Amino acid sequence: MSNKSLGDPYDRDVSLIHPRGCECGQCPSHGGQAHSEPAVEASAPQTREEMMDRAVENAIVRGIFKQNDFSRRQFLGTVGGGTLAAALASILPINAVKAAVKDSIGALEKTRLTVGFVPITCATPIIMAHPMGFYERYGLDVELVKTAGWAISRDKSMSGEYDAAHMLTPMPLAMTLGAGSSPKPFIMPAVENINGQAIVLHTDHKDKRDPKQWKGFKFGVPFEYSMHNFLLRYYVAEHGLDPDVDIQIRVVPPPEMVANLRAGNLDGYLSPDPFNQRAVWEKVGFIHMLTRDIWEGHPCCAFACSQEFAATNPNTYSALFKAIVDATHYSAQHENRKEISAAIAPTNYLNQPVPVIEQVLTGRYADGLGGVMNEPDRIDFDPFPWHSMAVWILTQMKRWGYVEEDIDYQKIAEQVYLATDCGNVMKDLGYEAPSATYASHTIMGKTFDYTKPEEYIESFPIRRSSR
Amino acid sequence: MMSLNIRAAVLSLVFLVAALGMWEVSSEADVVAQENLTEYELLMGTNVQKARVPPPSDVIVRAWQELSDPFYDAGPNDKGIGIQLGYSLYRVLTGYLMAAMVAIPLGFLIGMSPLMYRALNPYIQVLRPISPLAWMPLALFIIKDAEASAIFVIFICSIWPMLLNTAFGVAGVRSDWVNVARTHQLSQLRTAFTVILPAAAPTILTGMRISIGIAWLVIVAAEMLVGGTGIGYYVWNEWNNLDLTSVIFSILMIGLVGMLLDLGLSALTRLIQYQE
Repeated sequence: MSNKSLGDPYDRDVSLIHPRGCECGQCPSHGGQAHSEPAVEASAPQTREEMMDRAVENAIVRGIFKQNDFSRRQFLGTVGGGTLAAALASILPINAVKAAVKDSIGALEKTRLTVGFVPITCATPIIMAHPMGFYERYGLDVELVKTAGWAISRDKSMSGEYDAAHMLTPMPLAMTLGAGSSPKPFIMPAVENINGQAIVLHTDHKDKRDPKQWKGFKFGVPFEYSMHNFLLRYYVAEHGLDPDVDIQIRVVPPPEMVANLRAGNLDGYLSPDPFNQRAVWEKVGFIHMLTRDIWEGHPCCAFACSQEFAATNPNTYSALFKAIVDATHYSAQHENRKEISAAIAPTNYLNQPVPVIEQVLTGRYADGLGGVMNEPDRIDFDPFPWHSMAVWILTQMKRWGYVEEDIDYQKIAEQVYLATDCGNVMKDLGYEAPSATYASHTIMGKTFDYTKPEEYIESFPIRRSSR
Repeated sequence: MMSLNIRAAVLSLVFLVAALGMWEVSSEADVVAQENLTEYELLMGTNVQKARVPPPSDVIVRAWQELSDPFYDAGPNDKGIGIQLGYSLYRVLTGYLMAAMVAIPLGFLIGMSPLMYRALNPYIQVLRPISPLAWMPLALFIIKDAEASAIFVIFICSIWPMLLNTAFGVAGVRSDWVNVARTHQLSQLRTAFTVILPAAAPTILTGMRISIGIAWLVIVAAEMLVGGTGIGYYVWNEWNNLDLTSVIFSILMIGLVGMLLDLGLSALTRLIQYQE
């Protein structure tokens, strides 16, 4: 039972964090026999009510010690758990808080959920919410299922095998429009990460840093309906190359990128991390540029589910939504990044070396050309799904001929990207949320005006003209 | 003088040791600097072993680790090799048995009736060469279940050898025997069960043996596509981490299980073999 990881926060011998190689007895560890601690077994909450209570206590005590488990245990060692509990109760109405949390969520229609993810660092909030207890905090027992690529993830989400899934920000738009699949209304309550992608070239191309020299190159992108595809197309087109004529763009699932680059099957790729950094680590590629230098703050991956799931399980959906926003906010704090790297590295999640993930998340990394770069914003996490971002994505789908018919940009953006809901959840959880849902964005020095999508498309000399 | 068998076994062993020895020597580890590294070198992983084809000793160590705890379960995406093989075997056997239940009766029909043979042959010839994985997107869409789709892919790939071999075996039963049955005024059904089935059994089993081999080949590819569980997923997951040691280990396990499946069916074939 996963609720065992909700340790008693008043016990100094119990750790509230479960990092890689944790030996607490609930964490399954490789090889060595996991020794069980009877004390923890006995105090583990049994019912859902107890679990929620424990989660509240856990969150409060964690909050007081600012997530520093060491100082909590040290403090408890000095004064004892009973003293802390009594002291807390005297200043905070803990029982009232517990009741409020249960009320605010309401009875969950479903506590066991299946959530799909593709093993990349973009999915950090969805993944780390599992080992670090964010789902449990909202009374959810989530099974995270690793998925081989986005086509399978899309099909499993459409068939209802996944309750919710990690997707690319253009996917719910495409699925709702029925581009590349049969149409089914999907909603995207939250963005996962912003920035965090890179253009990687094979080490043979160290002298070809100018995109004009890339004629005939074979590039990999993870999926057709991805920011990666749209950003790569945008980037080469701004340098005068037609992405459909002058270069070849192939869809390659992220985990297979490095192997293909090593084999010379690809000259480069615009892909999610950790596979950019992994190419550097394997000494087969170098980082040409980060995507934050194409569009600072661009969205990338998202948390999405079908409208049907949200409508039939409103309380579960709301709890899941809150857990994700909470986890995304936690991931955005730079001081938590090392701890998160260790939590998501094991086989069950990303299955990658910790130093590689750390370089991605902390932004202090080797570029493969001999330099150590320091870009704390290499990847960042921000759940707010701007409607204007959706409009931009739709303009690019139109620009490159993925959709041919006329589309009502703002209507689709507002139907799929739940910016207002996300803002409300962010405010509920005490985080700051933007007051508008549209903004102007600057991509490679060119301003995108969300009110004039058609004019924006017309302004590009390189595009697929359908009329 | 030693018997031929013993001499062959000794020679096999010599070959194995020589090949492993050469492999071990050729993939000798580079010397890795551990001290005075700059930050750049540390971030590039200069202090860890460079990627290479692992020597057999690494593979043996990994095999020992995996096989000493084959049934651990550390979450939905991290299970022991025994559990993974179990999932794959379950899928293969389910799809395979379903295919046998369809292919053998249908093969009888085609083999016994030249009319049905001619009517169905064009379809069989078109469907047979389709790579089973090409069915996957369609299967996922229609069945709406990844698990069932994987089983369907196994079903569709193992049906053809069984169907054709059954038809061939049934059609090839010596006409004297069928005529004898006819003079004894046996019904069609009794002829099928008491005369044709025993006569065609060795050919049918050969088809079943070909099918199980194909099914085992296909399951690895199917699971790499669908993911989740199974030996194919295990290979994919280790590929993901570019961990060649585990990939080689799983290649060996796939070979071993495939061989055991084949041995099982060949033992069955020997049971029903007959002398004319």
